[in-house]
Amino acid sequence: MAKIKYIEFNGTEHEADVANGLSVMEGAIQNDIPGIDADCGGGMSCATCHVYIKDDEWFKKLPEKEMGEDDMLDQAFEPKSNSRLSCQLIVSDDLNGLTVHMPEKQV
Amino acid sequence: MIKTDVVIIGAGPTGLFCAHQLGIIGLKCEIVDNLDKIGGQCIELYPDKPIYDIPAVPKCTGEELTNNLIEQIKPFNFNFHLSDRVQELKNENNKWLVKTLNGKEFETPNIVIAGGVGSFEPRKFPTKSAEKYDGKSVLYSIKDKTIFKDKSVVIFGGGDSALDWAIELSNSSKVTLVHRRDEFRGAPASVQKIKELSDNKTIDLITKYSIKDVKGNGSLESVEIKSESGESKVIKADYVLGFFGLIMQLGPIAEWGLNLDKKTIPVNTENFETNKKGIFAIGDICTYPGKLKLILSGFHEGALAARGCFKYARPDEKYRFEFTTASSTIKDRLGVKE
Repeated sequence: MAKIKYIEFNGTEHEADVANGLSVMEGAIQNDIPGIDADCGGGMSCATCHVYIKDDEWFKKLPEKEMGEDDMLDQAFEPKSNSRLSCQLIVSDDLNGLTVHMPEKQV
Repeated sequence: MIKTDVVIIGAGPTGLFCAHQLGIIGLKCEIVDNLDKIGGQCIELYPDKPIYDIPAVPKCTGEELTNNLIEQIKPFNFNFHLSDRVQELKNENNKWLVKTLNGKEFETPNIVIAGGVGSFEPRKFPTKSAEKYDGKSVLYSIKDKTIFKDKSVVIFGGGDSALDWAIELSNSSKVTLVHRRDEFRGAPASVQKIKELSDNKTIDLITKYSIKDVKGNGSLESVEIKSESGESKVIKADYVLGFFGLIMQLGPIAEWGLNLDKKTIPVNTENFETNKKGIFAIGDICTYPGKLKLILSGFHEGALAARGCFKYARPDEKYRFEFTTASSTIKDRLGVKE
C-alpha cells in the first residue's frame, strides 16, 4: 500500500491509498480523481494517463521506462523530461509518498 | 435512404462479430467507421502486436484477428461505410433516422454502438494560435503534397509519418523537422535517412524543442519553438505540419441523450441496451458492473445485443435459438454446401 498524491493542473490535491500491484493510473481511476483519462485502459497505447514527476529524487527512484513509453509520450500533451505514463508506474510500498502532477489536459 | 435492421457504429472486432451474429440470426446490417479501414483499435493501434487472450487462438496479431473476422462475415455481404461518421440520430415512429458526416442516411429500428473509446482524430497542437490556421496552413494530414513546392515547411513529430513526410518533402521544399527528444520512434532506415539529410544540410533538424506559438498576419509567417529550459527560436514557415498520432474522441455520441459515465455508456447485461430503446452499446464503450475491456467480452456482448435487435427488427416473429452445427437455416445463410 502506498499513499499517492495527485495534483490537478489547477492545483487541486487528492490523496489516495493505492494497493500494491495496481498502477498509479488505476489508483486515480478507482478513486474518481479527475485529470487522468486512461482511454486505452493501461495498454501503453494512448498517452492519456500522462503525469509529471516534479521531484527529481522521486523521478530517479521510479522504475525505468520500458521500451515504448517514450514513444507514446511523444504524443502526449506537453511532454517534458519528467513525464511518465501513470499506467506504467506499479505501486509498491516503495512508492509511499509519491506526488504526481497532472498536465493541463490529456489529449 | 438505406433501410436496414441494424446500423453498427464501429468496425472493430466487437462490431464485426456482432455483425456475424446478426447475419446468423437472419438480420441485415450496415457498418459505419470513421477510419479508412476495417479493424478499429486492432488495426490502428496494434496491427503487429500479438494478442494472447482470444479463446481458442493462442496467439494472433491485431491484423490477423481483423482479417479472420472479415472472412467470417463474408457470406453475409454486409456494406461498410468507411471514412464516415454517424453524426445525427432522430427517432421517428420507433425507427431511428441516422445521418452521417458524408450525407448518408439510414432508417433502422436498431443501432449498435461498438465505438471503442470513440472515433480516432489526429492529435492537434496544444497552442491556441494554431487553431486559426487549422486546415489551411497548419495541417495534421496531407492530401495534396504539391502545395508545399518551394515553400518553407516545419514538421513536428518523431514517428514514421513525421519522418516519411520530412524525407519526401525535402525534395521540393525547405523542410525543418522539430522533435521533443533526440530519439525517434520511426523505422530505423528512416531515422538513418533523416540523419543523412540533416548532415548534408538538406533539412534542418532541431531536437529537444516543441511548439510555442504560430505567428502571422492573415497568412502564416513563422512558428516559434521552445526548449524545456525556456530558450526559444523563431522559424519562417509557410506550412506547419503536426504528426502526433491519433486520439480517440467520443464526438457526436455524447449528443444523443444517452446516459454517460465518463466516456462510457451504461447498459444492462441482458441485451446491452442503453437508456434509449433500440440503441445498444457493446465493447470498450459500454460499462456495467464487472465490465472487462477484453475483446472476448465484446464478442459476448455483441452476441446478446444481436438477439436484442431481433425483437425490434422482427416484432411479429419469435426468436428461436439454434446452433450453427445443427441448423440448416443458418447453414443456408452462411452459404455452406453439404
